[in-house]
Amino acid sequence: MKNTLNYKGFTRKFRQIALAGIAGALVSGGAFAAEPVKLGVMLPYTGTYAALGDAITKGLELAINENGGKLGGRDVEFVTIDSEANPGKAPQNMNRLINGEGADVVIGPVHSGVAMGMLKMARQEGAIMIIPNAGLNAATRQFCAPNIFRTSFSAWQTAYPMGKMAYEKGYRKIATIAWNYSFGKESLEAFEEGFKAAGGEIVKQFLTPFPKVEFQAYLTEIASLKPDAVFAFYAGGGAVKFVKDYDAAGIKKSIPLLGSGFMTDGTLTAQGQSAEGVMTTLHYTETLDNAKNKAFQQAYQDAYGATADIYSVQGYDAGQMLVQALASLKGDTSDKDAFIKALAAVKIDSPRGPWHFSKAHNPVQNMYLREVKNGENVVVKIAAEAVDDPATGCTMAQ
Amino acid sequence: MDFTTILIQLLNSVQYGLLLFLISSGLTLVFGIMGVINLAHGAMYMIGAYLTYAFVDWTGSFGLALLLGLPVMLVVGIIIERFLIDHLYKKDHLFQVLLTFGLILILNDLQSLIWGNDTHGVPIPDLLSGSITLTDTMQYPIYRLSVSAICLVLAVAMYWVIQKTRLGMTIRAGASNREMVESLGINVRTLFTIIFAAGVALAGFGGMISAPLSSVYPGMGDSVLIICLVVVVIGGIGSIKGAFWGAMLVGLVSTFGPILIPSLASVMVYLVMAIVLLVKPRGLFA
Repeated sequence: MKNTLNYKGFTRKFRQIALAGIAGALVSGGAFAAEPVKLGVMLPYTGTYAALGDAITKGLELAINENGGKLGGRDVEFVTIDSEANPGKAPQNMNRLINGEGADVVIGPVHSGVAMGMLKMARQEGAIMIIPNAGLNAATRQFCAPNIFRTSFSAWQTAYPMGKMAYEKGYRKIATIAWNYSFGKESLEAFEEGFKAAGGEIVKQFLTPFPKVEFQAYLTEIASLKPDAVFAFYAGGGAVKFVKDYDAAGIKKSIPLLGSGFMTDGTLTAQGQSAEGVMTTLHYTETLDNAKNKAFQQAYQDAYGATADIYSVQGYDAGQMLVQALASLKGDTSDKDAFIKALAAVKIDSPRGPWHFSKAHNPVQNMYLREVKNGENVVVKIAAEAVDDPATGCTMAQ
Repeated sequence: MDFTTILIQLLNSVQYGLLLFLISSGLTLVFGIMGVINLAHGAMYMIGAYLTYAFVDWTGSFGLALLLGLPVMLVVGIIIERFLIDHLYKKDHLFQVLLTFGLILILNDLQSLIWGNDTHGVPIPDLLSGSITLTDTMQYPIYRLSVSAICLVLAVAMYWVIQKTRLGMTIRAGASNREMVESLGINVRTLFTIIFAAGVALAGFGGMISAPLSSVYPGMGDSVLIICLVVVVIGGIGSIKGAFWGAMLVGLVSTFGPILIPSLASVMVYLVMAIVLLVKPRGLFA
């Protein structure tokens, strides 16, 4: 095409460019605007947890892209490391992001074992860390620190509210079962605490070797114990196998199955019919009926051609949190204390419902009671509103 | 524990033991006759399970999936033996360990590339989807019992082939004195290919029939490999009979152990293995 830009057209173009430049300078407001915000992302992109790492990354990107791809007017640079969900490599990877790459914020990880390694580093170096999944209680309890934030949940939050729900359903004697590792044990303990507080009795706790998936012996024991219901925590392949075995053993008809929400999240297609009627508590479900969730699901579908899951939401909220904090600072992250203060003060309008940070930097959020109906986790009601983790042992929460 | 529960737990033990035997028999067969330690055995189990998932998805029939899957497993076995293992017979065991360990990594990554990282389930075939009522709260799925029956049939068939047929005779002869068999004019190379392919097919078949019982997920072969190695070591490396009784023992221990002594649940099987090795350093039937 021939260049037919006349004088009038030229001035219009020039004015537009000049205006855009002025607007940009006003928003970003200073010399530091030239430097992009460096986000260190440390998530699993290979192995068992790869799907989770992928969903979190997409959610995070979506939140930043909805803000024009900028944070506080500054460009964003991602430095991504595959954590491989390998706790052994966590300190070294974390060190590379903080000291090697000079990341302003580190986002990760998925796996609680990796989180332990990262937490230690973050506490030593004072680096700002946002956990978009790992639910180990300790991260916002004894290992809490001003520079450590979590946009997901604590194990306690996802299981404690089910105790009261189970008692309300009329169950008085419950047996619990989970993999014998920290997250499994923390989930069972939280449920047992909630159930006993409501007045129920735990008849037996089974801890099965991690990551073995042979449950027949335990199911036989459960059938002979005849509790009113069973509370379980398993995830991924273990969750699919456990729910299928539980149903196939015919126990589900007489002894209902309850669980932490992860037991029926991302696994329903594989579980099929066997998951019908299983009740769980969690801070999100894809079909949650609110305007923000609908808009978010639509935007995610348009951007990636996939349904957003709980992990996408946690990543998205990590992004929203950065967008909000950096906007309030007008992009100026030079004062770390002010940056931390701005992060701690965010109020997130999340697809899971509104939430804010507790003093220990864990979300204060609603927990939903969900039931599997026709292959979907349908919300029955809010199990508990604005659930706050007890933050036992966190000096910031005293 | 009341009497009925003990009986059901015994049934669980035998059922788990038989499945373990099916999977570990291939491992011990290949080692006993060819002297090859195939660490990728668990990966073969995983491939079997994924093939079943893919073929059931495609054809909608579990029977067809088995019919299509088995030849694929045999071909995989032949390819690995002819193109990889064949170069290493004269070398140290360490080379085979390295090669087959490398195969685990490659096959796990291939699985991830082809089928992704999600967990999948395979529905139980309609014909066998019922269950038998054992107590007022407990039922036993017919499919589980059918799997046990299939494993028993295969155990008997293997016994018959090895003890009563000409091929079995050559196999036994090859195991005890390879040079002698070769000098008698028997083509050991073909024999080895057959045995390796059979070993791979047995592991794959184990994965196929346990797919509806279990779930299909990345890395599912790794834990299977470890428990198979325990079975084979307890039974005596290379002995089919040993694999059978080893599997039964592991079945019993891993069913009753965690219930009776919960605190030792994850080490029980290894404790038993250690005790067996202290008494019989070469395993029960070596």
